[in-house]
Amino acid sequence: MCDTCGCNLTPGNRTFAYKPVEPGATTVSVLQNLLKKNDDQAAHNRAHFDARGILAVNLMSSPGSGKTALLEATIARLKNEFGIAVIEGDLETENDAMRIRAQGVPAHQIVTGTACHLDAHLVHDALHQMSLEGVDILFIENVGNLVCPASFDLGQHLNVTLLSVTEGDDKPAKYPVMFRAADAMLLTKTDLLAVLDDFDPARAASHLRNLASEAPVMQLSARKGLGMEAWLQWLREQLAAQRARVAIGQSRRPAIQQDGQKLHSASI
Amino acid sequence: MHELSVAQALVEQIDGIVRAHGAEAAASFRVRIGPLSGVVPELLAAAFGLAAAGSAAAQATMELLEAPVRVRCQTCGAETGAAMNRLLCGACGDWHTQLISGDELILESVELRMPVTAAQ
Repeated sequence: MCDTCGCNLTPGNRTFAYKPVEPGATTVSVLQNLLKKNDDQAAHNRAHFDARGILAVNLMSSPGSGKTALLEATIARLKNEFGIAVIEGDLETENDAMRIRAQGVPAHQIVTGTACHLDAHLVHDALHQMSLEGVDILFIENVGNLVCPASFDLGQHLNVTLLSVTEGDDKPAKYPVMFRAADAMLLTKTDLLAVLDDFDPARAASHLRNLASEAPVMQLSARKGLGMEAWLQWLREQLAAQRARVAIGQSRRPAIQQDGQKLHSASI
Repeated sequence: MHELSVAQALVEQIDGIVRAHGAEAAASFRVRIGPLSGVVPELLAAAFGLAAAGSAAAQATMELLEAPVRVRCQTCGAETGAAMNRLLCGACGDWHTQLISGDELILESVELRMPVTAAQ
């Protein structure tokens, strides 16, 4: 948005930008996102990815819903097809990065200490410590948390939100900010559905639709290898779409931000 | 708890505006926040007090404009209010809606205290 010529003022917000002021005081119209600095850094990261034709996918979920297991199973099936790299975010330990490296692909661990989410600057620092040579898909495994990570753009093209069947099928209704941000929702650990009588995949999908989301819902079990092909095919299609965008100089932001873009550039 | 990160970014932004305008300090600022931004205004206000200590925004008061959750139906075209976890059309009940208000996280304006000489 332009903050120099005032073209970001609309009939809806003009009254907030100007008001009578006391002598010795002056009011400055800003109309910027509170996280502008993070968003600028995220745009820079996204430009890095686009320049190399990389598809960046941000994985978000509760702790323990199977993000790392999904990555292990995904890498095992795709590493001969594509170059893959992973950025891991955790409060402590290098454990997840070690699990990914054991699959034979590069992984960089971000240890956030007490921070409950990754931000664009942490991801940028990580990018400078790893080689993106030959990488087609970069997975960013966010800190396990259904609240905070949803508010920070990292420069990814897609958000994938996991919901394991050992959690409630009403999680999308309880955490709408997170699930509204999803470009795809994965129901994980579905091999356990046989012994769980209180998780209904159709109900989980219905709660997601109530957030006005058209995101695909896929069911899989990374451990048992169930339902993996639909997820892998979706990734292949998304990489092809990314390459097609890059070829014509375009990029993509996760669904939620596209919405926000439309909203905040609303016609004057 | 990510409100502290948001508050720190907000203080940096206000500090920058104070410096850019040669002002003494920020007297107040106005933010517009919708519930679907994922930021809780009360927590942001509390975190702002911590983050602003020692900055040009330390004495600034926060004015909050709460953005209501509203959707526009892509099927029937109606614009209606909605709950943050049920973004359905209030007229026809369809879920094919577009959010038109409710995810804002915007610094709208800052009121600056100018040096007396500059104001005269």
